[in-house]
Amino acid sequence: MDNTIVATHDTHAEEHHHVSLPQHRHHFETEQQQREAGTFGMWLFLLTEIMFFGGLFFAYLLYRNWYNPAFVAASNQLSIPLGTVNTAVLISSGFFMALGVWAAEVRKKGLLVIFLILTIISGCVFLGVKYFEYKEKWEKHHIPGASFDISEFVNPPLNPKTGKPIEEPLAPDMAQKTQVFFSLYFAMTGMHALHMIIGIVLLFWLTWRAHRGEFSSGYVAPIENFGLYWHFVDIVWIFLFPLLYLINRHPGT
Amino acid sequence: MSTTSTTIVNLPDQRTATIPKKNYITAEDGLLSWLLTGDHKRIAMLYLVSITFFFFIGGAFAGLIRLELLTPQPDLVASDTYNKLFSMHGIVMVFLFLVPSVPATLGNFLIPIMIGAKDLAFPKINLLSWYLYMAGGLFTLAALVLGGVDTGWTFTTPLSTHYLNTHVVTAGLGVFIIGFSSIFTGLNFIVTIHRMRAPGMTWFRMPLFVWSNYAASILMVLGTPVLAITLVLVVLERTIHIGVFDPTLGGDPLLFQHLFWFYSHPAVYIMILPGMGVISEVISTFSRKRVFGYTAVAFSSVAIAVFGFFVWEHHMFIMGVSNYSALVFSLLTMLVAVPSAIKVFNWAFTLQKGSITFETPMLYAFAFIGLFTIGGLTGVFLGSLGMDIHLTETYFIVAHFHYVMVGGMLMAFMSGVHFWWPKMVGRMYPESLSKLSAVTSFIGFNLTFMPQFILGYLGMPRRYHSYPAEYQVLNVLSTAGATVLGIGFLLPLIYLAWSLKYGAIAGNNPWQATGLEWQIQSPPLTENFIETPIVDYEAYDYEWLAHKTEQEVTTVG
Repeated sequence: MDNTIVATHDTHAEEHHHVSLPQHRHHFETEQQQREAGTFGMWLFLLTEIMFFGGLFFAYLLYRNWYNPAFVAASNQLSIPLGTVNTAVLISSGFFMALGVWAAEVRKKGLLVIFLILTIISGCVFLGVKYFEYKEKWEKHHIPGASFDISEFVNPPLNPKTGKPIEEPLAPDMAQKTQVFFSLYFAMTGMHALHMIIGIVLLFWLTWRAHRGEFSSGYVAPIENFGLYWHFVDIVWIFLFPLLYLINRHPGT
Repeated sequence: MSTTSTTIVNLPDQRTATIPKKNYITAEDGLLSWLLTGDHKRIAMLYLVSITFFFFIGGAFAGLIRLELLTPQPDLVASDTYNKLFSMHGIVMVFLFLVPSVPATLGNFLIPIMIGAKDLAFPKINLLSWYLYMAGGLFTLAALVLGGVDTGWTFTTPLSTHYLNTHVVTAGLGVFIIGFSSIFTGLNFIVTIHRMRAPGMTWFRMPLFVWSNYAASILMVLGTPVLAITLVLVVLERTIHIGVFDPTLGGDPLLFQHLFWFYSHPAVYIMILPGMGVISEVISTFSRKRVFGYTAVAFSSVAIAVFGFFVWEHHMFIMGVSNYSALVFSLLTMLVAVPSAIKVFNWAFTLQKGSITFETPMLYAFAFIGLFTIGGLTGVFLGSLGMDIHLTETYFIVAHFHYVMVGGMLMAFMSGVHFWWPKMVGRMYPESLSKLSAVTSFIGFNLTFMPQFILGYLGMPRRYHSYPAEYQVLNVLSTAGATVLGIGFLLPLIYLAWSLKYGAIAGNNPWQATGLEWQIQSPPLTENFIETPIVDYEAYDYEWLAHKTEQEVTTVG
């Protein structure tokens, strides 16, 4: 080793040595460097996730613009009450996760475990509601593929009171484009649900580790970084909900 | 030019020199210690072995393609087999060799050392990225063994989703998985370069190799996810028949092209930027001068990364995109030539009045500069709208991107492997044999691809296994060249393996180079540095090095 370019440890790094946590990895000079690197890495990962979902959002906006009547008619098939309930459920799961991060920071093991479990429960409720929404699409033959059925868009059911169709009927070629809407609906909500499932699996693992007391002595990076991921998944839904369910609907016509 | 010395190689006395007993290779024994390692240097070696394996698989396909094209008649393989050959050649070479080539091997090995860190920020994610690479590689091999895939490496819809009965899903999933390996490598590099630099290692003291890998990492992190979602949609369209790209359902195949090239054009810069970093290091070392215009070269890497995201539509000029957007993208394509030219000019000025010596890495670097310039300039031809319509989908474009990818990237990779080989294994490669292989591959390369420029200009379309008889002479030349090129790439495999045992002991700094990696033992210790270095000199400061060596002599003496 040549000694002109190497100097001894600066005293700053030495100070950190005697307070080091068992989770401190040797290739980081300080624990703070390790924590910053972890958080930075997580933000970069979320950036890749934005690009991942970005492709889907781009496709949605393009086709929505091209086939607007079909997209409006098809989005009327989605249930606003269920979507709203799910939004509320997901926001509260985000809230529990934030409380979990706080509990880890103030080193309250019991509270941390409780908040993580509450996060898991609300995540599962969200997926449960999603299951019933998907099931309804299945029954109505609105799953893209060979059995996709456009009759409801060509001949909308009549309103029993007025005797008029509850929606503007679409020409068959435009009605066919509702399949593009449902393709994207399933691709987008499916990718979102997949992220939730991965998140819930990770949450079980984190809960088990929290239960063993791994995050109760000042080492909170995994909880903090998972929190970032979970909030990101929430935010994706915050964009999906208005785009798929809300914009440009004509209720009650 | 130097008149006093013909070499800068400075090896220790071979009678007394030994490889340091304690180093990253001897640190632990057994296969498991490699398969479960967190050491960036060991992971780099794992990558080096794996990408070499896939390189020769991809090369075998290329050999079969050239063999078929020896005669105008389709006599070696049937047309659908030929389609599979060039598809598998493209998929293996692009995703399994070129994208990870320099970053995952040399970058993995060197970036932490060059910035004075003990490892990459996330060693486990680094190992995971190698496993993902291998898993993706296995999927691709499975697609190959089960009967191949014949979409071309571009997975063009609706061909890939509706009209082919080959293993598109398997190959697509393979590429999807390899994509994550690339994302994790890029993410690891960015975090490491931001957060792990040694004291005194400011951004503008970093070697240019680190800058160019940083720029490539930005592209990996931002581009690859778009490819991932595109492939997911292709697979969904093929398996459960959703209608995003299928025109019969209202989808738009052009959307696929936009999404695919949004990744795959920047991917070209993922492949070439790390190679440019290698060239900066090699040119500086073998002309004993600081890289001319260091800051310009550093920023031109970032500029290539940024511009690289806004040129993708030039792959689609003949696909019915709007004339106005074609105009804009043509202009932007011309713009990306500017930072590339900045690099070439700065390398040329670095050579000017330098003490140039001609060791193997330098020969490969010269090959790079010449061939990359030809590849880049023909890219400008293709970026201009009128020329593109004439030349696209012909052998001209095949020759163009092989000049950039093989003539550029592969030469840079070979240059880098030779340059850092003594650091990686502690022994020198045989100099005269390697010079021979550098010259052989340069000649073989030009013989292979120069005729293809002419063939393409004359109108020979790509992706066909038969052609009119008047093209045969040029095709025979090209196939002959491919044979020479093949020898040029097989030779290093043999002598580098030989040198592992019999090469001369290299010592710490055989090239008398200035980078931090040359100031530590070869092969390095697992933790790279015994003590964290403090950097108080600029990159490529040969006076600092001379001063340091002088001091050592006085101390020892």
